[in-house]
Amino acid sequence: MSAATSAAYRNMEAMRAGLTRRKMMDQIFVIVGLIVMLSCLAILAVLFIDLVRDSAPRFTAHFFTTFASRNAEKAGILAAWVGTSLVMLVTAVCAVPVGVAAAIYLEEYAPKNWFTAVIEINVTNLAGVPSIVYGLLALGLFVYKFSLGQSIAAAGLTLALLILPIVIVATREAIRAVPKAIREAAYGLGATRWEVTKDHVLPYSTGGVLTGMILGLSRAIGETAPIITIGALSFIAFLPQSPFRSEFPFISFAWLKDPFTVMPIQMFNWVSRPDQAFQANAAAAGAILLAMTLLMNGIAIWIRYRFRKKINW
Amino acid sequence: MSQSISRPRRPLGASGLRYRKIRDRIVEAFLMVAGLVAVFTTIAIVAILVVESSAFFDHVPIKDFLTDTMWTPLFADAHYGILPLVAGTITTTMVALIVAVPLGTTIAIYLSEFAPHHVRETVKPILELLGAVPTVVYGYFALTMVTPALQILMPDLPGFNMLSAGLVIGLMIVPYVSSVSEDAMRAVPRYMREGSYAMGATRLQTALRVVVPGAFSGLAAAFILGISRAVGETMVVAIAAGMQPNLTFDPREPAATITAYIVQVSLGDLPHGSIGYQSIFAAGLVLMLITLIFNVVGFSLTRRFREAY
Repeated sequence: MSAATSAAYRNMEAMRAGLTRRKMMDQIFVIVGLIVMLSCLAILAVLFIDLVRDSAPRFTAHFFTTFASRNAEKAGILAAWVGTSLVMLVTAVCAVPVGVAAAIYLEEYAPKNWFTAVIEINVTNLAGVPSIVYGLLALGLFVYKFSLGQSIAAAGLTLALLILPIVIVATREAIRAVPKAIREAAYGLGATRWEVTKDHVLPYSTGGVLTGMILGLSRAIGETAPIITIGALSFIAFLPQSPFRSEFPFISFAWLKDPFTVMPIQMFNWVSRPDQAFQANAAAAGAILLAMTLLMNGIAIWIRYRFRKKINW
Repeated sequence: MSQSISRPRRPLGASGLRYRKIRDRIVEAFLMVAGLVAVFTTIAIVAILVVESSAFFDHVPIKDFLTDTMWTPLFADAHYGILPLVAGTITTTMVALIVAVPLGTTIAIYLSEFAPHHVRETVKPILELLGAVPTVVYGYFALTMVTPALQILMPDLPGFNMLSAGLVIGLMIVPYVSSVSEDAMRAVPRYMREGSYAMGATRLQTALRVVVPGAFSGLAAAFILGISRAVGETMVVAIAAGMQPNLTFDPREPAATITAYIVQVSLGDLPHGSIGYQSIFAAGLVLMLITLIFNVVGFSLTRRFREAY
């Protein structure tokens, strides 16, 4: 064997060994990646299981139908879940129409100029503003300037502003996915811009709008910091006034101005008590909150999946 | 949809068209106002923070605010130095990054370069759930599970500490970091990977030496947006890190962050217009400026990677 060929042979050997090693590194990385990903998901599972386990003694009908109390075993979340439902109602009623309208404007109407650019930059920036800053805004603006006080209306409006970017972004994505041809066809038949939007673009974007709404509300339902900042009381042993009346007009909006508490505030209150017995209450409130958020996110994922599968352009 | 085509509610022709055009203009005006809500919100946030903080800075010289090493606005001997709160914020954020950057980047590389399509589509939404868990629940997790677990390793660890709060915040921002990083890596064009494969590189070599450098500005954006999230995080630190201002960078100690201070003051019943009330707006202004800087840098970097190829 000549020197040249043996050198080439040795090179080949070295390369083969190198290749085996490099391929092994690939395999190792796949395993590491999987482990990292699965452990993140496992932590989520552990968190949920731990909450449910800690809260087991509190999961009775009694827990849902009694007010907070100084006695951990007697304390319940009646005021909290009623408050959360009412606040979410205000949030949804304010954020969804405004968010959808803003998204329609940005996608279908807005000309490409500095004015539109300013709105877009604002939407992106608002999505990154810490939630507690929204609380400060609400404290200065809603609570004192608009004299709403520490009321359900103030909290609902705060959370509505907070989730507005989420609703806008999700709706815009859905609107953008509607093919141009559908719009052109409608314009070709003489429809005006609003007719095209309302009769064609919006019906096809329902999935995205719903997804945005549910994701936004799932964010709002767990928000604690902004509600603490506006000064929601954590010990409330009464319910807001009922929205239903026995006499005409049967519906009243007096509850909007009532003081309230919500689930995350109630949980925070229980977590920060030194008495260990209240940790079980906190865990129970947390388990319910977490279940609600996971459920809402699950529904959003499912809707997105369904709509993506159903629509075949 | 079909109903409006087959049976117009208004007569067609000149008058119908005029009506429809006028209606269009009115609707457009409404939609524009809705779009402007975002602008008004920003203006209102800036206005409220600046107005209330300027009242605060009438009492407190800016020099003291930036250089004093004590933050005790509610004590008789009041000091107004923001440094302890900033130190707490920086420390928890650093701990969070130490968790989120390696985990988030590894997951992003795996999902973008290795995972089959169906795995990616299944895992991504599940991973996003980590960011959807209410922060107060994460706070409970940090206080009642992570801290006791850490105390087994470090017996001297106090019940309130920045370490467990930071670790949990890190976990919380993993999906955020990984999804922006993955977007950036997927924006690297296919031909660059194919060039690398043609030279005999393996997937991992391509990922680390071609895709990651190619997506560098996007990865930087992911980290910076993650930082901005961690800086603004409130409930985890308020629950698990204690609420005592403490000028230290040692994560094993309890300390208050800017956000935790705002929570602490809001829990009490401070009269409107008092110096304590104004101090939370000054703290909020600092927080807003920090996150704004990170967000602007982060978003301009993401725009760069989207345009680069």
